[in-house]
Amino acid sequence: MDFVSNFATHYNYWLVIVLMMTGFYLVISRPNMVKQLIGLSLFQASVFILYISFAYVADGTAPILAEGQEIYANPLPHVLILTAIVVGIATTAVGLALVVRIHRAFGTIEENEIQDMGRHS
Amino acid sequence: MTEDVVLRVITKQLIPYILLFALYVQFHGDFGPGGGFQAGVLFGAAFILYGMVFGVATVEQLFSTSVFRIGIAAGVLLYSAVGLAGLMLAGNFLDYNVLAAYPKEGQHIGIMVIEFGVGVTVAAVVVSAFYAFAQPKA
Amino acid sequence: MIDVLDYVMLFFLAATAIGIVRLRGLIAVVMLSGIYSLLAASLFVILDAPDVALTEAAVGVGAATVLMLGTVALTTREEKPVRFRPLPLVVVVVTGIVLIYGTLSLPPFGAADVPARLHVSPLYLAEGYEQTGVPNIVTAVLASYRGFDTLGEVVVIMAAGVGVIALLAGRRSGQGEKGE
Repeated sequence: MDFVSNFATHYNYWLVIVLMMTGFYLVISRPNMVKQLIGLSLFQASVFILYISFAYVADGTAPILAEGQEIYANPLPHVLILTAIVVGIATTAVGLALVVRIHRAFGTIEENEIQDMGRHS
Repeated sequence: MTEDVVLRVITKQLIPYILLFALYVQFHGDFGPGGGFQAGVLFGAAFILYGMVFGVATVEQLFSTSVFRIGIAAGVLLYSAVGLAGLMLAGNFLDYNVLAAYPKEGQHIGIMVIEFGVGVTVAAVVVSAFYAFAQPKA
Repeated sequence: MIDVLDYVMLFFLAATAIGIVRLRGLIAVVMLSGIYSLLAASLFVILDAPDVALTEAAVGVGAATVLMLGTVALTTREEKPVRFRPLPLVVVVVTGIVLIYGTLSLPPFGAADVPARLHVSPLYLAEGYEQTGVPNIVTAVLASYRGFDTLGEVVVIMAAGVGVIALLAGRRSGQGEKGE
């Protein structure tokens, strides 16, 4: 469980987790909904990087077969993440559309202000 | 919509190349990096660029919103149709081996057609979302 | 060499993420998130995933940025200042430490004999070209081996597109909303 001796082999995962937590922090600390959605997409992009890190093989190459190449990166995470990126933008678009509708209905996209409205009425 | 001459001229020059690159990515996806998902977004990006520079109304004159709404469904239906074609030809759902005389040829046709279906749906969704955000009918 | 590039790109990504947290002008934040996607796409190229990089570049930098800018234009350009509260930061730091502790049991970065590489993926790499005739194994798996999976993804994208149209481009507006 020695963090120092593992740094050389695991720094990639640790930095990705730092990125992930930055996105998570945006989601739970900001009342602004656009900022929350951006935090969500930061988190999402970091998860993509984590998966692609799992697929990476030292001295390998992209999984497109070629003469004289023996070692390829794992194609399976690539496939999963490829589709996840496009599904991610589609769901983000739905979220943004909801934000626009919330702004139209309440005149604000700050979560705390909307909650205060409920309290006063 | 912008009056900037540089932007307008460069956009007009760029759009054929973006569309061409999208088609290359779509149909060369078997041999290099690419495929329906990427090509669809690139194809949609060309329309978005045009809409941002010349106004969404100009794009709508050429392709109305309903064209893209039909496209959303058409891509999924094309994909499912390939799956059902496999069933009809006494294979499994989405089994491409039975689509042609030789399994490899069938695989080739199947992959080509479903990638095209994916591309159509993705492009249509991206452009429809852009239309919806650019001029929401309140 | 790859290690150094990887390290530099992750550092840039972290700097961009901190910029996104600190800035309050939403247009600048959206631009930074586009840059974040572009950096992530470059990192995917370094990590031998050109297909994913192409998708991330087209989606993250092109489509996502445009949709977010559209939302900012329709709502507000500035985030209201918030009072700093320690609880979210504590939650995030604790979660991060737990996750990092979890990575210690993961195989080293770039190792070839990890469990994830021992099951189906060698089969795809060995027989993918024989069975499908497609040298790009990512396309072969996406369209042929996992075709049913991809059909589901396309249906999700269709549903999301229909959702956006229903939310924003409906002919009639609900009651109690401003504007007509």
